[in-house]
Parts: sequence; structure tokens; C-alpha cells
Amino acid sequence: MDKPTETTWKYRGRAWVFGDHINTDLILPSEAMYGKVPEDEVKRYVFRAIRPEFAERVRPGDLVVAGVNFGCGSSRPAARVLKELGIACVLAESFSRIFFRNAINLGYPVLVCPGITRAVRDGDELEVEPLEGRVRDLTTGEELQAEPLPPFVRQLVEAGGLLELLRRGERLRA
Amino acid sequence: MSVGTGMTMAEKVLARASGRERVRPGDLVIARVDRLLMTGWRFAAFAKQAGGRVWDPERVVVVFDHVAPPPTVSAANAFAEARKLIQELGLRHVYEVGRGICHQVFLEEGFARPGELVVGADSHTGTAGALGAAACGINVETPYVLAYGETWFRVPESIKIVLEGELPPGVYSKDVVLYVAGTYGEDVALYKSLEWDGPALRKMSLESRIVLSNMGVELGAKFALQPPDEVVLEYVRARVPEGDQKSLEPVRPDPDAHYERVLEVDVSKLEPLVACPHSVGNVKPAGALEAEGVRVDQAFLGSCTNARLEDLEIAARILKGRQVHPGTRLLVTPASQRVYEEALKRGILGALAEAGAVITHSDCGACPGFHLGLLGDGEVCIASQNRNYRGRMGSPKAQIYLASAATVAASALEGRIADPRKYLA
Ligand code: SF4
Repeated sequence: MDKPTETTWKYRGRAWVFGDHINTDLILPSEAMYGKVPEDEVKRYVFRAIRPEFAERVRPGDLVVAGVNFGCGSSRPAARVLKELGIACVLAESFSRIFFRNAINLGYPVLVCPGITRAVRDGDELEVEPLEGRVRDLTTGEELQAEPLPPFVRQLVEAGGLLELLRRGERLRA
Repeated sequence: MSVGTGMTMAEKVLARASGRERVRPGDLVIARVDRLLMTGWRFAAFAKQAGGRVWDPERVVVVFDHVAPPPTVSAANAFAEARKLIQELGLRHVYEVGRGICHQVFLEEGFARPGELVVGADSHTGTAGALGAAACGINVETPYVLAYGETWFRVPESIKIVLEGELPPGVYSKDVVLYVAGTYGEDVALYKSLEWDGPALRKMSLESRIVLSNMGVELGAKFALQPPDEVVLEYVRARVPEGDQKSLEPVRPDPDAHYERVLEVDVSKLEPLVACPHSVGNVKPAGALEAEGVRVDQAFLGSCTNARLEDLEIAARILKGRQVHPGTRLLVTPASQRVYEEALKRGILGALAEAGAVITHSDCGACPGFHLGLLGDGEVCIASQNRNYRGRMGSPKAQIYLASAATVAASALEGRIADPRKYLA
């Protein structure tokens, strides 16, 4: 699994802070699924019920910070739509397993970061090195350590995810 | 806590599927899957990503549900494209519009088999765990599995919930799962393999047991397994083709398997429960809500959780000879066409219709908020499904309560959330 060269693996952006058990119906509402809105408008529905301003104001490079069990619920590709909105990385106290898998299989880094919701305020400027799990709150100066991705998962992320392997005609190796 | 060298059900299945003698929690393995479940609406998109490859057409099951019959042109086009590709790929296990919800069809048609490893492009794939299959939902990686028949797993820690005692009248397996979510939290089984067990489990009908595995994902679980007993094996033998029966390898946990946590629940102490907006863990007794007086605009008896024959039967028992409250609409959506036919034969659907229920064809129906009964702003719904997340059934300004089929039926009758026990004495 080769590392794609275009990725820097260091992100800097504003934090959007959410609570516990944020489910995929909130991230990618059913209102916007099954062809109810044109494909290119789907992104505008992200977090609409709880943060109506999100899709308008979010800037590429921003980060989503959340409490426990982020992404619970339906298996819909909520990680993909966050990635498409330019969210560089999602940091949470814990993730639901399908969301976590979906992200990793897209080559999208998501980090388990204990204590993050206490340390980080909405709008703080963060710097994140996802592969090492280093998180710095530039607004407060506080540093946090996310759980490092297991080596296998890290390799998968670096390779661009399972779908990238599939596209290249490659397969997973243990 | 038990400490041992034996293996749990998940460990046994993942060891076999990854060609190892044994695995331990935390191991990362690449495992061959025994079966892949897909839904018609996403099929074409996934199959195209797989570049026309399918590892074994015999092991792929496709069900046209969720948006069946299609309520939008885009869903109709997706279905049409799926049919074309399914033919080109030579898939045979295909269940068309109206056959029912994929998880129910998967069980009924004999694809959920004890000891197998199943992945499905829908989060409630774990439902097959009721028959002893290690089954879990995936999404993004579906094309990879379709092409190669394998994927990666981190071997999960296992936890066990032992059900003791006997369910009192008017209390069902749905109340058990809501009790667990309310008491131990919606992440009690996060990333873990959950095993349901205990004497109260074995006393339950298979239909009731299915509810427990179906809602494993609402407890965060990767798998929600149940050790197969004679009831399960009989169900499976009646459905698996002769030639495949020999290859069945039911798996049970070793007596000295290691569980990270063992919870004991005495079900005889439970009462009818309701999950309040907007989370499955926000649980209160139905009686308390009855006292508060929570008005209900829509009652929904449907979904892969509670819309099987026994659910419809219990609702009919409560509603027979009575009328749904004039301020409430009751929607009944049987989980599958087979359930529908059987309920029709037994006069259950007739009784429900006479009571004023709207009976729809089999599909996910109102559950995911795509069609067949969306909620408007400020509306209140009590539903027998598994999720009450904000916006799940339509408007984000609606309120969704979750309960057993009995509580849904009693609430439809009274036009407010009601404890069903007074109708079941
Ligand atoms: S009935 Fe609801 S929970 Fe079950 S598969 Fe359909 S949408 Fe999902």
C-alpha cells in the first residue's frame, strides 16, 4: 500500500463542536437522500436540524469535534459527505463502528481523542497531525494526544482506503 | 468477569473465516465472508465501483426495499439499473419490490445460518445474529467485498447479556432492549460483539429473539449473536437447501470464553417501556408517559424490528372490535410479504383494518422517512421500529417515541401513549 504523495497529513482549521451520540440522520438527513434533492445539493443538508448554518459557513480544512458514539445509526455514507464538505478530520471521544469503518475505508482519518470535548471550544483553531494523533488547540495552547491508529488501519488510511485499493486492482494484505 | 482461554462466538467465527486456529480481541484479520446482503437501491452504484466483479454470485443476496415501490424518479432509475446489472452478473438470490425488508427476507429465505460471517450494506444486518450468524453492517467497503469476498476486521471484545426470569404479560423483548439502552447506555456494546443468552431468552419465540439482535446496533454492537438452540436449528433446517445443510457449522461459545463484561437482567421485573425523543437511551415507563398525557398523531407498526406475525397478532388482539382514536392514524406495514400473507389468512389484517388501521405493502415504510407516512413539523409518532433520531421519519421538528407492538397498538387506540397491560389481562 503506497502513500499518496499529494496528502500532507497536517491540518489546521476551526473546530465545530458537537455533543454525544450524533447520529447519521443528523449528519446526512433522509430529507436529502433517495434522490429527493439534486446530488450537488445534498451537502447543504449536513447538520441542518442542529446547526442550520453549518453547511453555509464551513470552510475546507475545518474540523468536527464530537462526544461519544459519533456517527451512530444508519450506515449511510455520512463520512463521505463530511469529507466532501472539506472537513479535514473528525475527532471524537468515540465513534460508532460503521461510521469509523466507512471513514477508514475512504482513507479519511478520524481520531478517537479522549477529553477533546472538554478541552476544545466551538470556533477554536486546531492543528492536527492525524497519523501521529497529535492535536494542538492553537487558541488555548493546550495539547492533546489522540489514540494512534493501529498500524494496519494507518496503512489503509495512507493508501487512500479500501476503495482506492479496489480501483487500483490491489488487495488487502495482512 | 470470566477469564478463560476459550473463544466467544465472534472469535470462533472470525478465526474460521480468517483461516486461523484462534484469534484474540484486538487482532486485525482479513476474513472471507460467507454472504453479502445488498439493497436494490444502492446496488448499481456499488456494483459499478466493483467494476463488474463479483466473487461468487451464489453468495450475494439482493432485496429491493427501503424505497419500494419507488417514490421518486431517481429511486426508480436506480432500481432499473440494478436489475440490468444483476442480470449481467448472474445473481440469482434477488427479491423484488414488495417481498419485504431485506433483513426479514434474509432470515426467511434461509440465508442467515449459524456460524457464518455475514456483511450487509445496511446497518441492521446484525439481525441475522438471532440465528447465530456473526453479521454486521458495512457501507463504503461494499464494492470491495462484492469483488473479492473478503474484508478486514478488528476482532472485537465480547460482552454478554444474560436474561433471567420470565417476561410478565404485556412486556416483550423490545422492552428488554430498551431497558438495556436506558440503563447501560447506547454505547454499552460499542465496537463489541454482544452475546444474548440466558433462560429467559430460550423461552422467547424466535420472532421475539430477532428483536434483540436487530437492535444490537442501537447498543453500538458490531455483532449481536445468540447461541443457536433447537428452535433456531429447526428454523434454519426448514429453509436451507438440502445440499447446503452439511456445511452448516453452528458455533456456540466455549464455557471458558472471555467476556469483558457480563450483565444480568431479570426480565420478570420489567414493565412496558418507551424510548423518548431523540435517542434510544432516553427511556421511560409507558405508564409514566400515560400519566403525563402524550398525544399521538401517528402510530407506526412496522420495520425490521417489530412487524412480524406475533407483533401484528398482539396489535390485533388489542384493537379487535375497537376503533383507532379519531385524532391518530395507525400505519401497519408487515415486515415481509410472507408475514402479510399469513396475517391475512389468520384474519389479523382484517381486524386491524376494521379498527381503522392503514395497511400498506411490505417495505421499510415509514421507518427511515423516505415514503409511506412522513411526519410533519411538530407531529408526534409512536413507532415499533428501532430508531427515534431527530429527523428520522421526516421533519426534524417531529417527535418519535419507540415501543413494543403492544404499546404502539394501545397508544393508537387511546390517541396518547398508553400502557398496553390493561388490554392484555
Ligand atoms: S425497516 Fe427501518 S431499520 Fe429496518 S432496514 Fe428498513 S429502514 Fe432500516
